[in-house]
Amino acid sequence: MLSIPCPECGPRDEIEFHYGGQAHIAYPEDPHALDDRGWAEYLFYRDNPKGLFAERWQHAAGCRKWFNALRNTWTYEFTATYRVGEPRPDIPAEELPSAATSPSSPTGGTL
Amino acid sequence: MADLLPEHPDFLWRNPEPKKSYDVIIVGGGGHGLATAYYLASKHGITNVAILERGWLAGGNMARNTTIIRSNYLWDESAAIYEHSLKLWEGLPEELEYDFLFSQRGVMNLAHTLQDVRESKRRVNANVLNGVDAEWLDPQQVKEVCPIINIGDDIRYPVMGATYQPRAGIAKHDHVAWAFARKCDEMGVDIIQNCEVTGFIKDGNRVTGVETSRGRINAGKVGLAVAGHSSVLADLAGFKLPIQSHPLQALVSELFEPVHPTVVMSNHVHVYVSQAHKGELVMGAGIDSYNGYGQRGAFHVVEEQLAAAVELFPIFARAHLLRTWGGIVDTTFDASPIVSDTPINELYVNCGWGTGGFKGTPASGYTFAHTIATGEAHPLNAPFALDRFETGHLIDEHGAAAVAH
Repeated sequence: MLSIPCPECGPRDEIEFHYGGQAHIAYPEDPHALDDRGWAEYLFYRDNPKGLFAERWQHAAGCRKWFNALRNTWTYEFTATYRVGEPRPDIPAEELPSAATSPSSPTGGTL
Repeated sequence: MADLLPEHPDFLWRNPEPKKSYDVIIVGGGGHGLATAYYLASKHGITNVAILERGWLAGGNMARNTTIIRSNYLWDESAAIYEHSLKLWEGLPEELEYDFLFSQRGVMNLAHTLQDVRESKRRVNANVLNGVDAEWLDPQQVKEVCPIINIGDDIRYPVMGATYQPRAGIAKHDHVAWAFARKCDEMGVDIIQNCEVTGFIKDGNRVTGVETSRGRINAGKVGLAVAGHSSVLADLAGFKLPIQSHPLQALVSELFEPVHPTVVMSNHVHVYVSQAHKGELVMGAGIDSYNGYGQRGAFHVVEEQLAAAVELFPIFARAHLLRTWGGIVDTTFDASPIVSDTPINELYVNCGWGTGGFKGTPASGYTFAHTIATGEAHPLNAPFALDRFETGHLIDEHGAAAVAH
């Protein structure tokens, strides 16, 4: 089980949280200007990186607040969590855990 | 029952060095990639084909699924492709000359609420209209099909009935892969393991080959069948997919005498259970919530499905968990697959089978081979095109597909 550092409450067990998918998806500024492709991208296309990912979580069984996190989708390690409205932290590459950059397969696992 | 298993095979395929060039390269040596190459060779006469596999043959989701095969999907498009798949399954042991223990022991999808009952009956009617065998069972009939199930009203969500598809079943997944691999190899397909695709070679907007960990290989056409890593490969090729990769866990118990004669799935308390030929109880449930490529998930997900299983099958309470594991599944927002051309010419993609890909293996390969060979979608996979997310013609199987897919 993941230990998730809620920005309000500190580290809590994963079962207290609800996942919200990719962070920083803004409602289209001018919805009427969007064509079908634009709508498809807004509604259905989300990043799906193997590596660092900015995503939303809600501390559903705690403070009930939504917040954002930078997490590695390969190691599952949280690099940072931050409040809604705060910018995505700019983590210099050298401060990332070594496995946090996009890994290549020979280091472990298979498809 | 263990003595019914075929002996572990010796070498069923060559391990050739990659050639400089192929007519078609299939990326991904799992079930779907193997089935695609098989139908390219057997149905379309295209045998100058390589399957490139990053790890070892069928070592990903093909080795990790719970082997359930069924076609009782709600929507017409899904019923058509999954029923075609089931019909192919019925002929494949003979066609591939390999008894991979396809056992049509039926599947029951339990209903635990009035809403479940209504949805289930609707799905039974939809299935019958689509030529899919389906019936509604009341609780007593459920008990007759599967005597170990608790149909009492002393549990939180009593069994109020079930849909039943007698032709559904299970198969031995690794043997399925070996059966396809042997036939592919016999027809001249090169199965190349330990060969990771690291990039795509393009001439303008047309793919002309791949860069791999074993050098550059040219290709007339390239098909992607890499499940959980589809987004990673699409990124390398320069286009996006509406896919989210998630961990999905499964587990087995120690070996038992045959006690569970069918496959039982419950959407509401969320577990699915069958008993493998060797005797272990095989269970699975839903994905871990977050995006992940780690092939592992959290134990509370396992705990919840075991709680559900023990409530439905009280005799499982004393069973020991032998092993749990995880795979990476490629989910779409309408819980339906993508078998399609892509924005890159001569590059095709087969992904999005999510948590239900094993049952689709034959039809996935059949339609993907047709799409690659002819450049046009087969009528069965035309609705499963990538552009449905733009046109809005989604095939929304969320909740409709008999279990949370």
